[in-house]
Amino acid sequence: MIKVSLAPSARLMRRLSMGVALSAGIMMLALTPAEAAKTTLNLGMSVEPAGLDPTIAAPVAIGQVTWQNIFEGLVSIDETGKVQPQLAKSWDISPDGLTYTFKLQTSVKFHDGEAFDSTAAKFALDRARGKDSVNPQKRFFASIASIETPDAETLVLHLSSPTGSLIYWLGWPASIMVGPKSAADDKTTPVGTGPFKFSTWAKGDHVELIKNADYWNKDGAAKLEKVTFRFINDPQAQAAALKSGDLDAFPEFAAPELMSSFDGDARLATKVGNTELKVVAGMNNARKPFDDKRVRQALMMAIDRQTVIDGAWSGLGTAIGSHYTPNDPGYQDMTGVLPYNVEKAKALLTEAGYPNGFTFTIKSPQMAYAPRSAQVMQAMLAEIGVTVNIEPTEFPAKWVKDVMTSRDYDMTIVAHAEPMDIDIYSRDPYYFNYKNPAFNDLMKKVQETADPSEQAKIYGEAQKILAEDVPALYLFVMPKLGVWDKKLKGLWENEPIPSNVLSNVSWDE
Amino acid sequence: MIALLSRRLAGLAITLLVVSLVIFAVMDLLPGDPASIMLGTSASPETLAALRHELGLDQPLLIRYGQWLAGVFSGNLGQSYTYGVPVAGLIVERLAVTLPLAMIAIVLSVVIALPLGVLAAARRGGIVDAIATVFSQISIAVPAFWVALLLIILFSTTLGLMPAGGFPGWDAGLLPALQALLMPAVALALPQAGVLTRVARSAVLDTMHEDFARTAVAKGLSRSTVLWRHVVPNALVPILTILGLQFTFLVAGAVLVENVFNLPGLGRLALQALSQRDIIVMQDVVLFFAGLVIVMNFIVDLSYLAIDPRMRKAA
Repeated sequence: MIKVSLAPSARLMRRLSMGVALSAGIMMLALTPAEAAKTTLNLGMSVEPAGLDPTIAAPVAIGQVTWQNIFEGLVSIDETGKVQPQLAKSWDISPDGLTYTFKLQTSVKFHDGEAFDSTAAKFALDRARGKDSVNPQKRFFASIASIETPDAETLVLHLSSPTGSLIYWLGWPASIMVGPKSAADDKTTPVGTGPFKFSTWAKGDHVELIKNADYWNKDGAAKLEKVTFRFINDPQAQAAALKSGDLDAFPEFAAPELMSSFDGDARLATKVGNTELKVVAGMNNARKPFDDKRVRQALMMAIDRQTVIDGAWSGLGTAIGSHYTPNDPGYQDMTGVLPYNVEKAKALLTEAGYPNGFTFTIKSPQMAYAPRSAQVMQAMLAEIGVTVNIEPTEFPAKWVKDVMTSRDYDMTIVAHAEPMDIDIYSRDPYYFNYKNPAFNDLMKKVQETADPSEQAKIYGEAQKILAEDVPALYLFVMPKLGVWDKKLKGLWENEPIPSNVLSNVSWDE
Repeated sequence: MIALLSRRLAGLAITLLVVSLVIFAVMDLLPGDPASIMLGTSASPETLAALRHELGLDQPLLIRYGQWLAGVFSGNLGQSYTYGVPVAGLIVERLAVTLPLAMIAIVLSVVIALPLGVLAAARRGGIVDAIATVFSQISIAVPAFWVALLLIILFSTTLGLMPAGGFPGWDAGLLPALQALLMPAVALALPQAGVLTRVARSAVLDTMHEDFARTAVAKGLSRSTVLWRHVVPNALVPILTILGLQFTFLVAGAVLVENVFNLPGLGRLALQALSQRDIIVMQDVVLFFAGLVIVMNFIVDLSYLAIDPRMRKAA
C-alpha cells in the first residue's frame, strides 16, 4: 500500500525538481546577457549612406558609418579637430614644403588579410588622384606630382606647389587607405584596416559592423563586439525608437523641437555640441542689387541671428559672423562686425540707392532649417522695406542644378557641411559669384605654410574680410544634438568632422 | 474565352510598353543629375564627366532607353547608382517587406469589413448598421500615418509592448518579423476597412433587391441562407474590384506608413531613389508599380469570370 502510494509521489517529485531545474536554467539564460557588461550598440542615423566607400561619393553619411570604424587614413582627425598620426606613425616635411616623407606602421593588415604598406598607400593615393578618379575631393590631391616607395614602410610625396592643408586633408574620409585587391568592391563590401569589420547591410534598414579581433593598434581596439547603424529618416520615428529602447544612441538627432521631450527621461541623456555645419544665406554677388556691398551689409544688419536660431532651430545653435566655426583653428567671433541694427541697415540701403527697398526671391531647400530660417528672415527684412519671396527648391537635385551649376538665383540658404571650407569663396566658379583678389591671396598664402599658428593668423584675416564683405549672410552653426543612453561612454559631443567614431565607445558597468 | 484572354494579354503588353516609354521620358525631364548629387559640391567638372561616363549617362536618350528596355526583357534591371547593386535584388528585398505588409493589411481589412458590412446591410437601420457607419466614417477620415503615430505612442513608447519601428528581417525569425509588421498593417488596414465596409454594405443591399433574392425569400429559405448563399456571393463583384484596387494602393501607397515605422519597403525605396535621382531604380520601381496595377486589374477581371457565370457567357 505504502509502496504504491509512494511511487507516484516520487515520480511527481522528480518531475517537479526537473521542472525547477529547468526553469532555473531558463531564468539564468535570460539573466546572463543582462548581467554581463553590454557589448553591442544600436546607433541611429537620419540618412542611409549611398554606398559605403567615402572615396567615390560625397554624402557625409558614408563617412559617418565607415570613417575610423572600418577605414583609416595615413592620419586621422581627433575630437578637437587636431591631426593625429594613424597608419603613418610620423612624417617629415622638407623646408621648401614640396616633399612629404611618411613613416608607416608595420604589420598592419586589411580585413581580408592583405598587407598595408607603402605600395598599398601609393595605390590608394593614385586611385584618388588618377585620371578616372571619381573622388569627391580629388582637388585635395591635385598638387601631388609623384609618389615614391623606397621601402615598405616609407612613402614619399613630391608636390608641385606647397600645400599647407595637405596633412589635414589626408585625415578626411575621402583620403582613407583602401586595399589594392578590395578597393573595387568597397562600395558594397568595404574592407579597411580599422577596429571594426563590415558584417551586413540590410538596405533601407541597417548596417552591421563587428569587432576586428586582429586590429593592429592594441590601444585603439574596439570595446564593443557589434555595432548596428540603423537608418531612421522621420524625426518622430527617431524619438520613438529612442524612447522605446530600440536605439541606444542618436548622435545627430534631427528635430531640435523634440529635444525637450527627453527631459526627465531616466535612461537617456541629451548633449548639445558643435558641428561644422554653417547655415549661410548665400547671395548671387554678380546680380543686382547684391553686387553692391552696402546692400549685402544692410541685409546682414537687418537680421538678428539669435531670432533666426530661436525660430529655425529652437534656440540651439551658435551665431557666426563669417564662414568659420568655433571648432576650427584660429576661430574669431565676427558677429560684432555687422550687428543687428535696423536704423543703420535702412541708412545703408538708402545710400546704395534703395530707399524704398526691393524685392527678391530666396531659393529654399526642403530641409527643416532652411524654410524656417527663410521665414524668420522674411519678417525681419520686411522691417527695412525689403520683400522676400520664398521659393521651395528640392535638395539636392534641383538646388544643385539651379544654384550650384547654373548660378541662377538671388539668394539661397543652405548648411555647408565641409569642415574648414572657407576657401570656397576663392573658388571660381562657385555659386556665390564672389570675386576678391585680396581674399584669394590669403587662401594661397595659407597653403604656402604648414605652420599651424601662421595658418591660424591668415585664417583670422580671411574671416575678417568675409565678415565685412558678407558675400553670404552668416547665420549660425548647427548644433550636434546627441541623445544617448546615460551609461554609454566615448561618443563625440562635438563634430570637427562628420563622423561616428566608435573605437572608444563602451558601456558603463 | 481564350480569344478574350489573349486579347487581354496583348493589351497588357502594349500598355506596359507605353508606360515604360512615359516613365523614361518623365525621368529624363526631372531636374538634377545623379552624378552631381553623388559627388557633392566640391567635385570638378572633369570628375563629374568621369562619373557620368562610368554610369553611362553621357549616352544619348534613345540609346539609354533601348539599353534599359533590352535589359528589362532579359531580366537585367540594371545597377543602382547609389547602392551599387543590381536593382532587381533591391526590389526583391523590399518586396519581402511590402508584400507581406500589404497582405496582412488586406486580410485584416477583409476580416473587419466584410462581416461588418454584410451585417449592417442585413440589419439595415439597426445598431450594427449605426456602428458600421460611424466606424467607416472615422476610419476613412483619419490618415493612416496619424493612426501609426498613435499606435507607436501607445504600444511602443508608453507600454513598451511593440518595437517602435524598423524591420529585423525574415531571417531573424517569423515572430519578430510579424511583430514588426503588425502595427503598420493595422494602420494601413483601418482606412481600407472603412472603404470596404461601405462597399460591402451597399453591394449587399443592392443585391438583396434583385429578383433572385426575392425569389429565394419567397421560396421560404431562412434569412441567413438567403444572405450567405445567394446575396453575398453575388455581391462579390464590386467588393473584389475594390480589393484589387486596394491591394495595388497598399503596395504603392504605403510610403507614409513605411516612413513612420521606418520599414525598408518598396515605397521608401522609391522615395529615396527620387531624392538621390537614382534614376534607374526609379524607372524600375515605377515600372513595377505600373505592371502590378495592370496585372491586378487582369486578375480581378479573371475572377469576375470565375464567380459570375453571366459574365462567362458574355465573354
